[in-house]
Amino acid sequence: MSIFQDANRKQIAGRRSIDVMLHMLFLLATSVGIIALSVLIIDIIIDGTARLQPELFQNFPSRKADQAGMKSAIVGSIYMLCIMAPVSFIFGVGAAIYLEEYAPKNWLTKLIQINISTLAGVPSIVYGILGLALFVRMFGMGKSLLAGSLTMALLVLPIIIVSAQEAIRAVPRSRRDASFALGATKWQTVARSVLPSSIAGILTGCILAFSRAIGETAPLVMIGALTYVAFLPDGILDSFTVMPIQIYNWLSRPQADFQELAASGIIVLLAVLLLMNISAVFIRNKYSKKI
Amino acid sequence: MPIKEQLVSINQEASPFKNKKRSLMNIFMPKFLFICALVSILTTEGIVITLTTETVSFFQKVNIGQFLTGTKWSPLIEPHQFGILPLLFGTLMITLIAILVAVPIGLASAIYLSEYAPDKVRRVVKPILEVLAGIPTIVYGYFAISIITPIIQLIFPSAGVFNALSAGIVVGIMIIPMVSSLSEDAMSAVPRSLRDGAYALGATRFEVALKIVVPAAFSGIVSSAVLAFSRAIGETMIVTLAAGSTPNLTFNPLDSIQTMTAYIVQVSLGDTPHGSLAYGSIFAVGMTLFIITFLLNLLANYIARKYREEY
Repeated sequence: MSIFQDANRKQIAGRRSIDVMLHMLFLLATSVGIIALSVLIIDIIIDGTARLQPELFQNFPSRKADQAGMKSAIVGSIYMLCIMAPVSFIFGVGAAIYLEEYAPKNWLTKLIQINISTLAGVPSIVYGILGLALFVRMFGMGKSLLAGSLTMALLVLPIIIVSAQEAIRAVPRSRRDASFALGATKWQTVARSVLPSSIAGILTGCILAFSRAIGETAPLVMIGALTYVAFLPDGILDSFTVMPIQIYNWLSRPQADFQELAASGIIVLLAVLLLMNISAVFIRNKYSKKI
Repeated sequence: MPIKEQLVSINQEASPFKNKKRSLMNIFMPKFLFICALVSILTTEGIVITLTTETVSFFQKVNIGQFLTGTKWSPLIEPHQFGILPLLFGTLMITLIAILVAVPIGLASAIYLSEYAPDKVRRVVKPILEVLAGIPTIVYGYFAISIITPIIQLIFPSAGVFNALSAGIVVGIMIIPMVSSLSEDAMSAVPRSLRDGAYALGATRFEVALKIVVPAAFSGIVSSAVLAFSRAIGETMIVTLAAGSTPNLTFNPLDSIQTMTAYIVQVSLGDTPHGSLAYGSIFAVGMTLFIITFLLNLLANYIARKYREEY
């Protein structure tokens, strides 16, 4: 009996030590991501702070690293956001409202839903190819701000639709029923009851989608967002550049000076993204009414 | 919903003077919203049609058999040769390295977060992983060339400035959050009672994780890996910056290679005239990319649905 107990105890001790070892291993694996993030941020700060001067925001790109700035890129990103945001918001939220509130259960609705989930998985560069063929060539917009913004709007559309659908779905049935019971029409119910209840979730999803667009590079390279733009876009059909493209341009040059400039550009880009994410969290906390 | 429509029509009849504006919105808005929803179909159609037409006209000039089986890719230099295998192998090598990095680490951290981590730790770690997922790929590209490549060159002096290993590792780091959060979702869906049963039999936490939770969540885990695979194939900026632009048919991860996505970027950066062979080739390569990612996404969906354990 005691021999049996001894063996048993040993076996249990062995299994426990395996458990402890694996615990450490899993913890280590989890920290890989955190370590990578910290190393990345520390490296960018070390390389980039020196050139984080007013000139970076005031100057246009230049062949000389000391005079180079990203004014045109920052302005280009803002312009792009101004065109892209309303377009993708209207069409994205509109599609979500249709699918959640109006769509009958038929093959067409199913097809739309399948299309959206397919689009969410399409690589961003394929959107670039679409934008190149459709907006730049077929619609004759050229390599313009408008073509780039519309391409980006299409890119973030599935993200916005899915998050808005989730927000709308979270509105309880009873709210709609109450609205109908008061004699409201379908549209009144949607506009005055469902949307106000879900607007926090919708806006949060939109801001996250917009921040994705601000950081996206590949589709705009396809569209031909020029890497050397020493002017501010004059209209929506003018050529333009954005922050990630400017950073890409600096990164692809071998000189150490330009690598430092790229690091400074990345600090600016990450700061903008951080700001957008904080405002998303803020909106979520401030305006999410208890349903 | 016929009852509701009846209600609406009764409502309209009851107060005709108020309803002019209302019924206008009620007629107009559903149509407008329907058009919004149609945009997604039109986008997909647009992608398929533009890719197909340009690809078809490309294959009128280039033999499709040579495209699919050729081992040399030199679209910009005479003699032109369009064999996609070097680009395909380059892409697969990057993806393979990325998966080797992301799946073990992502899965391990998913197990940690769902089975081991105290609530406090989870509340700190999950947002950090979300931040990692939200970082633009161009920043990851910087990470690859300024940190990972020098480390690799230190360990393997034969490694070039551009090499597949560095890009692959960083793509892997990029998709860790994706694998981890999707796998964790699948694991948290495993009911508590299954774990409790195992604990009651005297199992350790590791045994519960490995023998109960992982098998029960297996379809979700595999589907997350497939999605990550598809994401890695479509990744562009990291590979453009760190893996180089030499379409090599090589199995050495320390060599410079070129992926399909990097090729598309290379051509569109140059001034390639509309209608030229090189211009057509980006559509053919884009089509290949689209088909592969599309099939992988379908596969992930299929696995998640078909092999899901129901409790």
